[in-house]
Amino acid sequence: MSTDTPSRSDHSQMQVGSGDDVTFDEATAERLLQLGISRRRFMSYCAGLASLLALPQSVVPRLAQAATSTTLPSVVYMSFQECTGCLESMVNSFAFGGGTTIDNLILNMISLDYQETLMAAAGDQAEAQLLSVTAKSGYVLVVDGSIPARWDSGYFISGERSGVARFREAAKKAALIVAVGTCASFGGLPKADPNPTDARSIGDLMANLRISKPLINVSGCPPIPEVITGVILYYLSKGMPKLDSLRRPTVFYGDTVHEDCYRKESFEEGPLARAFDDANSRKGKCLYMLGCKGPVTHNACSRVRWNQGTSFPMMSGHGCIGCSEPDFWDRLNRNNEKGFYIPIASGSGHSRGLPCNTCHDDNGDDDD
Amino acid sequence: MAATPNVIIDPVTRIEGHLRIQAHAVPDGKGGGTITDPGLSASTMVRGLEKILQGRDPRDAWAFTQRICGVCTVVHGLTSVRAVEHAIGIKVSKNADYIRNMMIGAQYVHDHVMHFYHLHALDWVDVVSAMKANPTSTAALARINNGTYKPNNGALPNAAYFQTVLSKLNNLVSRGQLGLFANGYWGHSAYKLSPEENLLLVSHYLEALAWAREVVKLHTVFGGKDPHPNLVVGGMPCTLSSNTGTVNDDKGGTSLNTAGLATIKTAVARMKAFVDQVYLPDVILVAKRYKEWADFGATAGNFLCYGEFPDPALVKREFTDGAIDYPAGYIFPRGVIWAHAPTTLAPFDEKKVTENVAHAWYLGSDTGEHPSVGETELYYDGPLPDQGRNPDGTSKYMLDENARYSWIKSPRYDGQPMEVGPLAHILTMHARGGTANAQPTDKLVRGYVQKFWINPTAQGGLGLTFTQLNSTLGRIFCRVLETKIIADQIAGRAAGTAAYAGWYQLYYDNRAGAYWNPNTFTRLQQPTLWPVQVGFGFTEAPRGALGHWVKLNRVSGLIDNYQCVVASQWNAGPRDLDGAPGPYEEALRGHVLANLKQPLEVLRTIHSFDPCIGCAVHIVDPDGEPLVQVDVNHGVGSTTRVSGMSCA
Repeated sequence: MSTDTPSRSDHSQMQVGSGDDVTFDEATAERLLQLGISRRRFMSYCAGLASLLALPQSVVPRLAQAATSTTLPSVVYMSFQECTGCLESMVNSFAFGGGTTIDNLILNMISLDYQETLMAAAGDQAEAQLLSVTAKSGYVLVVDGSIPARWDSGYFISGERSGVARFREAAKKAALIVAVGTCASFGGLPKADPNPTDARSIGDLMANLRISKPLINVSGCPPIPEVITGVILYYLSKGMPKLDSLRRPTVFYGDTVHEDCYRKESFEEGPLARAFDDANSRKGKCLYMLGCKGPVTHNACSRVRWNQGTSFPMMSGHGCIGCSEPDFWDRLNRNNEKGFYIPIASGSGHSRGLPCNTCHDDNGDDDD
Repeated sequence: MAATPNVIIDPVTRIEGHLRIQAHAVPDGKGGGTITDPGLSASTMVRGLEKILQGRDPRDAWAFTQRICGVCTVVHGLTSVRAVEHAIGIKVSKNADYIRNMMIGAQYVHDHVMHFYHLHALDWVDVVSAMKANPTSTAALARINNGTYKPNNGALPNAAYFQTVLSKLNNLVSRGQLGLFANGYWGHSAYKLSPEENLLLVSHYLEALAWAREVVKLHTVFGGKDPHPNLVVGGMPCTLSSNTGTVNDDKGGTSLNTAGLATIKTAVARMKAFVDQVYLPDVILVAKRYKEWADFGATAGNFLCYGEFPDPALVKREFTDGAIDYPAGYIFPRGVIWAHAPTTLAPFDEKKVTENVAHAWYLGSDTGEHPSVGETELYYDGPLPDQGRNPDGTSKYMLDENARYSWIKSPRYDGQPMEVGPLAHILTMHARGGTANAQPTDKLVRGYVQKFWINPTAQGGLGLTFTQLNSTLGRIFCRVLETKIIADQIAGRAAGTAAYAGWYQLYYDNRAGAYWNPNTFTRLQQPTLWPVQVGFGFTEAPRGALGHWVKLNRVSGLIDNYQCVVASQWNAGPRDLDGAPGPYEEALRGHVLANLKQPLEVLRTIHSFDPCIGCAVHIVDPDGEPLVQVDVNHGVGSTTRVSGMSCA
């Protein structure tokens, strides 16, 4: 591990450097001045971002440059069978722990050229905008929501075109496709049994349509705000991140939420919380018996935490529901039962190399 | 057959979900025209969530229904939790209700502010005009309009502050990347604000983004994340931390430690401040410039409210397990307002709610049945997509008001289309305020309506009539008014006849009390103790009346049937069998458009409802019939078999 890799020993707060020791080029400085952004705050922001992405601080100038170039990278954001939770989450991004105030991504960092929930244009004017921005190559196509497999099913039509047609056209000249949220990444809720609309993930649909493009899955229901924007900015400044077998960036999805959870010790040593609001719940003991899926869920919730480091599900007392994993709505747990309050089968933890003497002690029926 | 639509908006943007609007305007010969008949409102996306819920653990239902909408992220989850609690006869603790009230309340404040600035403002605010503003004059305007709002490092915004906002806008233009502002109807003759007023509102658009990130932290402390915070049947999953200090591996604890409680308190204060200092005065400013919009956008005049914000001050019984029971005491009263008596609160009877699929892409009852009975089947027989345009540029994809044309069913109350949402909330409070049962908040509402809406302009009011509340402008006004009521209800009111400690303080004083009813999970396994056959859960969501009906299997304990009838379904639904249009459709009648190719006026009225279309679309498969038996009729129709429901 290189010496300038930021420490992850403190889980509670993102370490945000002042950025004072970082130099950057004249053009970037000039842009910041034009944008009316304080250099100090901006560098602090970039340092926070680098820390989040587990990048050496030496990339800060490059991030700064990417974020202030005279032509901002074009991002086209399209929504299909979704709930708008992913967009809401993304809107909550960009205010790191140190009080940095890059107040809006959309004016300074990227050019968000199509996003139906926020854009001024509507109807024909919106469609014209979509055609115009996707006529030029090189944009990042962000997609949320699953897409019904059949174009003629009528289950998704927008601007008089099917989901399949809208996606295929928009993907043509994209440099990168980012599937944001578990619906786009893995099919998510619409695909939950019995998948009434034959909903597909973006990856599956791309395979069906023989679309060969770089794809990153940013799963989660929704994903953590800074993870969405972090992945986009990582790509713009450093290129493709390292991905796991489910095409998720390992920097955010490499560990389970259990591995960084402050309640982990009691998973191994006991005692466990047995009910919401019992004495062990108040003490912050492990929520395994209340169904926590943390040991089998890959995400950064317990490390990055939600909404600027405020909390994460287990810290607020509810187990992880496993929302960044494929088909988490239909996950089978102990006794092959589905349910967010059913403990995971003990083998699930074993397969990840986790000890689980506590659950064995409590439950004689698990005998592996 | 009505005349061919010549006003089409598809996609309608700055909403949640996927919506198409069609209307016919009688041309005026100068490019504009007048819409003389109701329009057509069509949802064009379906997911089938209710079908997915069958056979599930009822404890899980909240997480599924929460994903109906990530904007209304708390209310669907809580409605489901309440429906299951009703089905199994579990009451929750006082703390759980305080926290739920705060979470729903925070959702209102967050949603309504973001609706006004990020979804609706650009219908009234011309961003290109803002670029001509004089920063010094804008600073002067800010001192008058928002004299206590100090976003400029704790000071009032000065000329330099607005120059920075201008620079950001100029930057977009100079590099030719307008981003989200590209291709708006800029320069349209219906925009009326001065450049300085436009710039002031653009600056608040930007500041509201930063503000929103802060206030959602209330959800994060209680629910672990936002959007989609965690909830639980039987109370709240969060609990007071044993460790008041930093939560860590050694000391453990929960988010409800000293820091978490302070975060909530700060979020509550920020909500109230932004509503008082920015949102309310900005709405009044816009209303003064656009007063004629009190004459457009009326619906039929029938309003429905299920009731919301149970008042913990009205506790009737406290149970040994910490649970409590209320009399029917809500800040927003349960009731109905009929067009012929707009100041009278009529009683609400849940049994009079029906759903009708005459013009929706389902097979089932055209005449309307209660949500707990009936039969529906996905059946798309609309036009094919992806067919391009005719040579003259007109659309090949046209929906027909005489056929099926939407994935939204038409809910009716006592056979009538009802408007739900802020206007319904304010009118029901106003009506109760005139009775012996008037609550302090009702009296506040009556006072605000008088002061801001009815008082003559010489006294600082808008000089409009009570009847004109049923309008595009009235909807916007009622939305800010209820936001003010709720923000104060959370934060408390210091003095006067309506003095109130506020939910935050009441919770804080009681924070060591119970959060979860420990009988909940065992009660789920004791069907003999379940008091009803079908659980009815409801909330008043930011967009209006939201109801879930759940039937549990008394052998397996799993969900047999699940049905949602939601706010935007009431407002955005299609015509019924009698041809009576839904509220969006009715509201478009009478609109005068300056330019049929830039239907800004139509957008203003549709946006005034705050469409949330993801919420509005559902199907039911009570018997758990096999999925998607595709019946391809000449390549157009496909059918998902869904059959009979037999509820109690």
